[in-house]
Amino acid sequence: MLHLKLAWRNIWRNKRRTLITIFSIFVAVVLSALSNSMQIGSYDQMIENVAGLYLGYAQVHQDGYWDDPQLNNSFGDSDSLQQKIASVDEVTHVVPRIESYALAAGREQSRASLVIGMHPEKEKVLVDPQQKLVKGDYFESPSQRAALVSEGLADYLNLSVGDTLVILGQGFRGMSAADKYPITGILDMGMPQMNKNTVYIPLHTAQELFGAYDRLTAYALMVEDARSVEEVVTTVRSRLSDDYEVMSWQTLMPELVQAIEADWASGMIMLLVLYMVVGFGIFGTILMMVAERQYELGVMMAIGTHKATLQIMMVLELLMISIIGVIGGAIGSLPFIWYFHLNPIRLSGTAAEAVEQFGIEPIVPFSTDPQVLFIQAAIIFGIAVIISLYPVVHIQRLQPVKAMQK
Amino acid sequence: MAVIESHELVKIYDEEGVPVRAVNGVDVSIKRGEFSAIVGPSGSGKTTLLNIIGGLDEPTSGTVSIEGTDLFALDQNERIDFRLHHIGFVFQAYNLIPVLTAIENVAFILQMQGKPNRECRQRARELLESVGLSDKIDKRPNELSGGQQQRVAVARALASKPDFVLADEPTANLDSTSSANLLDMMAELNRKEEITFIFSTHDQRVIDRARRVMTLEDGKIVSDETREPETA
Repeated sequence: MLHLKLAWRNIWRNKRRTLITIFSIFVAVVLSALSNSMQIGSYDQMIENVAGLYLGYAQVHQDGYWDDPQLNNSFGDSDSLQQKIASVDEVTHVVPRIESYALAAGREQSRASLVIGMHPEKEKVLVDPQQKLVKGDYFESPSQRAALVSEGLADYLNLSVGDTLVILGQGFRGMSAADKYPITGILDMGMPQMNKNTVYIPLHTAQELFGAYDRLTAYALMVEDARSVEEVVTTVRSRLSDDYEVMSWQTLMPELVQAIEADWASGMIMLLVLYMVVGFGIFGTILMMVAERQYELGVMMAIGTHKATLQIMMVLELLMISIIGVIGGAIGSLPFIWYFHLNPIRLSGTAAEAVEQFGIEPIVPFSTDPQVLFIQAAIIFGIAVIISLYPVVHIQRLQPVKAMQK
Repeated sequence: MAVIESHELVKIYDEEGVPVRAVNGVDVSIKRGEFSAIVGPSGSGKTTLLNIIGGLDEPTSGTVSIEGTDLFALDQNERIDFRLHHIGFVFQAYNLIPVLTAIENVAFILQMQGKPNRECRQRARELLESVGLSDKIDKRPNELSGGQQQRVAVARALASKPDFVLADEPTANLDSTSSANLLDMMAELNRKEEITFIFSTHDQRVIDRARRVMTLEDGKIVSDETREPETA
């Protein structure tokens, strides 16, 4: 109690210095939390866009499909296979797809497009095209003869709901794949690249188009926790034969992983610079605290105060300043994080283009994961704790007579 | 019986490669209840001798025994504990803890000894009353005059009922009235409670009050005079 009382009163001996130090810690926590929250938020957004909203967190294919993605590398769909995969605890959904590139044409124009055959109900947990409808209606059954066309493609082909879309391509084992479908809806895919060239048709209709009856190119898997995806992949792989390949989104999109890692590294350098600035700021304060109280510390030792008592007192002083700054910073950053979570920063220019090439919407929502805040607060607090070792060492070496020499 | 007994005390400092004998073979014996002054010109070794007797500085050679305890046979922590329980200090610049009030400064020593809070405050209050500061107990040092601060310092030095009080130039920063009041108070404590005081001083007013005056020159006691002090 005496230590606490002394420490608390000591930190207010030089109010201005204490307030400046608290403010610098406050700013450091706010900046590092915002910066980290933006980084994590943008990665979550990327992963969510690519994995959670399109690829799935993992995929099962015929072995070799990913290196040579053609319908000849498709595999036979079966309930038993689906159940085998779905029986892995962390797998929440198994979404069947068949997809291939084909020429999509209107009356006057055509464009190479990605034709995706999907199960209208099962796809709702992943892409959920129904939510992306800007015009028209969703599919009613997996066998319906209908197409949903992305907005950009529809504009290019000058087509709208009620018009006919022609698809011309190559099917399973070199068969011709050509048919026409009424457009029942127009989709805004949210991602510029996908908006330009995506066509959805119901699963069985697509299998018929490609002459690949009961065949699929992928099962897209949704998992309970995105962080455990590698373990899920290992488990699923162990339950399937070597005829299948099981890949996590990281393997499916190595460019995205590299982009995240490169961005993370540059973000870390920025944060390290910030940590160093704050660290030196706190260290400067502690140097002054120790230097100007050297005589007083000597006197306290002379009258019978143990070094440990003085060390505890000085550490407590620094911890109090740090705790106030860190808690203040954590609370102070919440409104900013929340605001930018609800109102993501929209990228423009080359930054936007760089993101769009991954099929990602060019926005940066901030992460509200409490861990982000906690980790940044803990790091800044940790820096303060490390710096508080300086007075501990200094006092340990202090001799009362030398300390009292003016 | 002697409270303090020193034998062949030597302290050699190294000043830029030149050894300087600040204390040069001092034998001193101080009995309980003495009111002694160590005097001498600047650089004669007064403060060094006081620091060694108080266990703040280690001699190059020689021994200091306090109530039979060899001070320098104790390790550093034991010596801090010994100072806490057996020696009172009064410094030239008062050296109160600035963030504590008068009563807290005095009680601090007792709290360091692990005494219960209530007992600490009770004893601190009594001591502040005995030095005439009963109306200033809740004042912080910066709210007190120099004389008042030095009285608090004396009360703090007496808090642990020490074997003796070492006072290094206690009147150096005080005006003549405050000095006289402080010396009166110390003399009374010495007379009534047999508290042993050892001063290091230049101040003639302190020397005039001392019953024993040891004169130090070049680190040696050149005279040791016991006499009746002048009254204030």
